[in-house]
Amino acid sequence: MKVLVAVKRVVDYNVKVRVKADNSGVDLANVKMSMNPFCEIAVEEAVRLKEKGVASEIVVVSIGPTAAQEQLRTALALGADRAILVEAADELNSLAVAKALKAVVDKEQPQLVILGKQAIDSDNNQTGQMLAALTGYAQGTFASKVELAGDKLNVTREIDGGLQTVALNLPAIVTTDLRLNEPRYASLPNIMKAKKKPLETVTPDALGVSLASTNTTIKVEAPAARSAGIKVKSVAELVEKLKNEAKVI
Amino acid sequence: MTILVVAEHENGAVAPATLNTVAAAAKIGGDIHVLVAGQNVGGVAESAAKIAGVAKVLVADNAAYAHALPENVAPLLVELAKGYSHVLAPATTNGKNILPRVAALLDVDQISEIIAVESADTFKRPIYAGNAIATVQSSAAVKVITVRTTGFDAVAAEGGSAAVETVAAAHDAGKSAFVGEELAKSDRPELTAAKIVVSGGRGMGNGDNFKHLYALADKLGAAVGASRAAVDAGFVPNDMQVGQTGKIVAPQLYIAVGISGAIQHLAGMKDSKVIVAINKDEEAPIFQVADYGLVADLFEAVPELEKLV
Repeated sequence: MKVLVAVKRVVDYNVKVRVKADNSGVDLANVKMSMNPFCEIAVEEAVRLKEKGVASEIVVVSIGPTAAQEQLRTALALGADRAILVEAADELNSLAVAKALKAVVDKEQPQLVILGKQAIDSDNNQTGQMLAALTGYAQGTFASKVELAGDKLNVTREIDGGLQTVALNLPAIVTTDLRLNEPRYASLPNIMKAKKKPLETVTPDALGVSLASTNTTIKVEAPAARSAGIKVKSVAELVEKLKNEAKVI
Repeated sequence: MTILVVAEHENGAVAPATLNTVAAAAKIGGDIHVLVAGQNVGGVAESAAKIAGVAKVLVADNAAYAHALPENVAPLLVELAKGYSHVLAPATTNGKNILPRVAALLDVDQISEIIAVESADTFKRPIYAGNAIATVQSSAAVKVITVRTTGFDAVAAEGGSAAVETVAAAHDAGKSAFVGEELAKSDRPELTAAKIVVSGGRGMGNGDNFKHLYALADKLGAAVGASRAAVDAGFVPNDMQVGQTGKIVAPQLYIAVGISGAIQHLAGMKDSKVIVAINKDEEAPIFQVADYGLVADLFEAVPELEKLV
């Protein structure tokens, strides 16, 4: 089957972001950017499906600025076959991304689309579900295990109380949780080979997609700062403080 | 203005997260209706009708809605949403699973995990693992929103007397089926609702050592959480994970044991009222947010703490 994987370029997860002084957003100038960690897991899962002989072709797609080509090349180095970049402004809302992905799905007709469960910048956790809605496909969100069983896809999902398994008709949409797999590193020869793999660039206009949104961000502020408290010397002092000063036990 | 709140329920009872979501709806203002969708949910509907401030309870009792499969529940919500100004659900795994599907079918953007209501169309929500707070305005005809439950104090579970109305609509998309579930059993309070949380990290060394935390938690009436490192190492099941990708907690007291305090973990607990850190590394970032820090070997400090409280 053909597998489509969506990846996002985001600020590296180790970076502590700073809010801009004019409250228009966070400062991303000269900040290290990487592939969203959940998207890495999505790529890894697709590559494993290919290694098991389940997937025949892996197409990786990103919707974002020209620089997102770097993340697509990373995905190609990890084992994707070809890449599509839908070139658009940064900071699109999830519905716009889902619409662009829907257009790519219509064109590519994959049997399975794998996305991360959320991007660590916007923390929306929406795109996969929205793509499932627009395509009318079944969805297996927060997946910690994906298995093909006959003509169904069995997805084990991380839910609040534990785990839940659902059987989905194909084609289907899956979003990855952290425990789905451990992503591999790209080797230098694979990084070199990835430079020769096809990377197609399209515009949202060419796909006939409008990126308008019903949401507007008015301002972005730093959260209330929490300052360091005191260091106690012993367990007895800790208990005394919790009982008499903080009064929480 | 009428607001539809999607009830979270389990084992035939309304989940506490519903009460926080009704509280968020009350901040927006207007009539509040609660939808209870599921199979054999008559009892849930009755208890939902008692929630303070709820004007009406809609019950969709159908085998198709069992286990809250989004392929079936989303069309139901889309059908109902047209009569409402807002559709709210708690930001639980169910809410996060279903609501974006509803928003896309309504062709509107969703606002995820709000922590404050500024006005009927403007909300605050954390981004970048809680390192920035965005104020977002929605121009959508129906505003689709998930609510971070720790951002709102729960309304009273008793005192209301809402009318209960049956919704006949049955949507069975036939695209997905429930196979099974494996729920972690615990006698301790639910993590997201507990007043005290004791969490362990990589420093616990192994799963067996979590018994020290369980003993302390039982003495305090606390829930037990974990960092991602502890979950990935297989010490404890993943539903105990606190953080950006796990559960968000804001208890009165959070005791972090053997947890370094990575950005992703802080995202899940930094709104706790009092934070205590027990760590032998005095440079650990957790001490930068802890109200009380104790630099000590946790294997000595935790049993001693258990004796003294």
